[in-house]
Amino acid sequence: MMSFISYFINGLSLGSVYAIIALGYTMVYGIAKMLNFAHGDVIMIGGYVVFTVVSTMGLPPLAAILVAVIVCTVLGITIEKVAYRPLRMASPLAVLITAIGVSYLLQNIALLVFGSNPKSFTSVVSVPALKLAGGKLTISGETIVTIVTCIIIMIGLTTFIKKTKAGQAMLAVSEDKGAAQLMGINVDGTIALTFAIGSALAAIAGALLCSAYPTLTPYTGSMPGIKAFVAAVFGGIGSIPGAFLGGLLLGVIENLSKAYISSQLSDAIVFAVLIVVLLVKPTGILGKKINEKV
Amino acid sequence: MALLEIKNLGISFGGLRAVDNFSITIEKGQLYGLIGPNGAGKTTMFNLLTGVYKPSSGSIMLDGENITGKKNVEINRAGIARTFQNIRLFKDLTVLDNVKAGLHNGYPYGTVTGILRLPKYFKVEKEMTEKAIELLKVFDLDKEKDHLASNLPYGKQRKLEIARALATNPKLLLLDEPAAGMNPNETAELMDTIRFVRDNFDVSILLIEHDMKLVSGICEKLTVLNFGQVLTQGDTADVLNDPEVIKAYLGE
Amino acid sequence: MDKSINSKKFHLNKTTRSNLITYGMVIAAYIIVQILVNGGHVTSLMKGLLVPLCIYSIMAVSLNLTVGILGELSLGHAGFMCVGAFSSSLFSLLMLETIPNAGIRFFLAILVGAASAAVAGIIVGIPVLRLRGDYLAIVTLAFGEIIKNVVNVIYLGKDSRGLHISLKNATELNLEEGGQIIINGAMGITGTPKNATFTIGVILILITLFIVLNLINSRSGRAIMSVRDNRIAAESIGINITKYKLMAFAISASLAGVAGVLYSHNLSSLTATQKNFGYNQSIMILVFVVLGGIGNIRGSIISAVILTLLPELLRGFNTYRMLIYAIVLIVMMIFNWAPALIDFRKRHSLKRYFSKNTEEKEAS
Repeated sequence: MMSFISYFINGLSLGSVYAIIALGYTMVYGIAKMLNFAHGDVIMIGGYVVFTVVSTMGLPPLAAILVAVIVCTVLGITIEKVAYRPLRMASPLAVLITAIGVSYLLQNIALLVFGSNPKSFTSVVSVPALKLAGGKLTISGETIVTIVTCIIIMIGLTTFIKKTKAGQAMLAVSEDKGAAQLMGINVDGTIALTFAIGSALAAIAGALLCSAYPTLTPYTGSMPGIKAFVAAVFGGIGSIPGAFLGGLLLGVIENLSKAYISSQLSDAIVFAVLIVVLLVKPTGILGKKINEKV
Repeated sequence: MALLEIKNLGISFGGLRAVDNFSITIEKGQLYGLIGPNGAGKTTMFNLLTGVYKPSSGSIMLDGENITGKKNVEINRAGIARTFQNIRLFKDLTVLDNVKAGLHNGYPYGTVTGILRLPKYFKVEKEMTEKAIELLKVFDLDKEKDHLASNLPYGKQRKLEIARALATNPKLLLLDEPAAGMNPNETAELMDTIRFVRDNFDVSILLIEHDMKLVSGICEKLTVLNFGQVLTQGDTADVLNDPEVIKAYLGE
Repeated sequence: MDKSINSKKFHLNKTTRSNLITYGMVIAAYIIVQILVNGGHVTSLMKGLLVPLCIYSIMAVSLNLTVGILGELSLGHAGFMCVGAFSSSLFSLLMLETIPNAGIRFFLAILVGAASAAVAGIIVGIPVLRLRGDYLAIVTLAFGEIIKNVVNVIYLGKDSRGLHISLKNATELNLEEGGQIIINGAMGITGTPKNATFTIGVILILITLFIVLNLINSRSGRAIMSVRDNRIAAESIGINITKYKLMAFAISASLAGVAGVLYSHNLSSLTATQKNFGYNQSIMILVFVVLGGIGNIRGSIISAVILTLLPELLRGFNTYRMLIYAIVLIVMMIFNWAPALIDFRKRHSLKRYFSKNTEEKEAS
């Protein structure tokens, strides 16, 4: 029983990371209607920035995360402006292929700069582990911090969208770009802001992910990125609570199947879950149905 | 027996009655107009008729066959073809291939026959091409047959859509604002073409149009929709003189 | 009178001519390579590349059928290659004694690979093709990964009692003394006969081209492309969109399976890794398709060949290869789609300068 609880909590922790990444996907998808394939690689860049700042400059982890957040935000805005904005009117296929190109570009730049050898990442978390049930159940500091961070981000983001003008503009753009433009909303600015927020979250996710799984390579971001997208689709793409729910569920499913079914098949199971969800409810758990106008 | 008989058709979107209690009867060979202000539910009517939407009430009979709630592919095979308000051509296919796509079900041969280039392939493709060119000639598009559909000027794209719909050999042809974006000369030409199609292709035509010149010029009967309901229907001249209709159009 | 009919008969239309050029190009390349090989001008490194060139060409053409003709993005194409590779290798190993004739056995192995990949394509396609756009891309990616993962946990052995299968490990198979392990989990299959040759590869490219090009220029091909261009209009003229989507997807998958057969019969040991059957490989093939021109079948072959040869020809290029591919993808898309550039190209296109001349010619 204790081991089950421990797997479950670890799953929640992994799921929290997925949820933070999935927020980036889901916001961008909701507003720009595109799958930002490169999002996972922004996480990886965030990880490398934290690693470099801590190991070469010796700054404290929190400062390093702040630097990573700034770098990733700038990176996100740049990617949007250079690669995606010229394609606003292009076919979805063209946009997706571009995003794949950006993803590969980031991976290979990292490969050239940092090499293919994995870097061992020092955890950014200094919170001590929690021992429960007389020492039978240990919850690591990383797990606690990850779950707490995810909850704070969720609440912060929901409040931002509900309470601020910029947040309302995001909602408006996601509903109808043309109408939002006519209402005097700066559509380009809003989309850029969305990328900025998504990328800043990716930096945080990168630091947390690398703290929990301390090997960092140029490909670190791609699999979690894809799984986080699966989480976003799972929860209902475009929906912020959906990304949260989808991320947590996916993390738990992955960890439990690793523990009880097969560690080699856990990825396959995660993907199989995605397919089943899409078959049963193509819009995801909390997604809205979109009708095509004829 | 009437060709098309719609009784008490209705559909709601999230509680809103987009079309309500709609009934209409169209005879064989009739040229029928569906008019009404913007947002009256005309295109929704077409979408109901062609199976894009499923009606929540009422029935549609085509030539004695109940086609209520059938899928759009089945409805096309039953004999209804349409054009779209926002043109929907196969933009990266040639003009000829757009029409040949319309001939898809009328001139069948298997995929393997096509890949292996069996004799039947050449025979049927030849027949298809001849038929397609014959249709294109009606719309004066035969010279552009090798152009990409997306490269045609707007007016010709509308005509190509009609040609493609006709290629499916329908009993009833639905035209959604065929004259939209055309100049008066083009519209006059289109009116002749529509009459020609009706006279030569053994088809009834139901059209949505805002251009009153076209409506009064070619439609024999009219139905006026307003707020999803039939305001009035009857012979064109009577309907157009109805004060209710004038009020609906001009507002108060 | 007679003469004009004759001349019409022999006048090839544009598509037929273009197709003949494509076939001719492949055959000419084959002849040149054969002459070079016979003259001893080809290094062993290059010789080793000949079959992979055929594999990638077939993969690129097959993916172009999905991306360019069907208009759906598949990121799991390497998964179908994986199915073709493993099923055919398994067949060849099991039939090693039953069918001693290598030619017949390999021919049947190709059919087995194509058929199993087609079945996989249909199984994947039925649920997936209901989805649209980005969803389809991510789900095909997911399927590719599932196939790869599942293959890695299969253990299959043969002894006098028959076949044994396990998803745990080799000892679970409980093989008799002298029993043979055929699929050894992540270690894959060893001992597949090396039947793939450049000549067979080129023949398979030609067959692939024959199938794809003839499909495109047929009734079914038109239906597939009409679904691509406008789904709602295609339905409105009575085209069964599910049927044609599935058909294109299954044909595309089966051709990827054929590439897989070539792949597995060119190596002595076959494993499913991220590198050969993972989504990186799928995306590599996508790069070939995009660079060769989406929907342009001949372009796919040319770009597959160039992009496979280039890294081998230019030393040091290998480090930058993926970086350059990434930039190529982005630049190609922006060049093709950005409104400002479309405008620029229209104003300065070569075609425009030449079009006047051709019009005059046609008029005369």
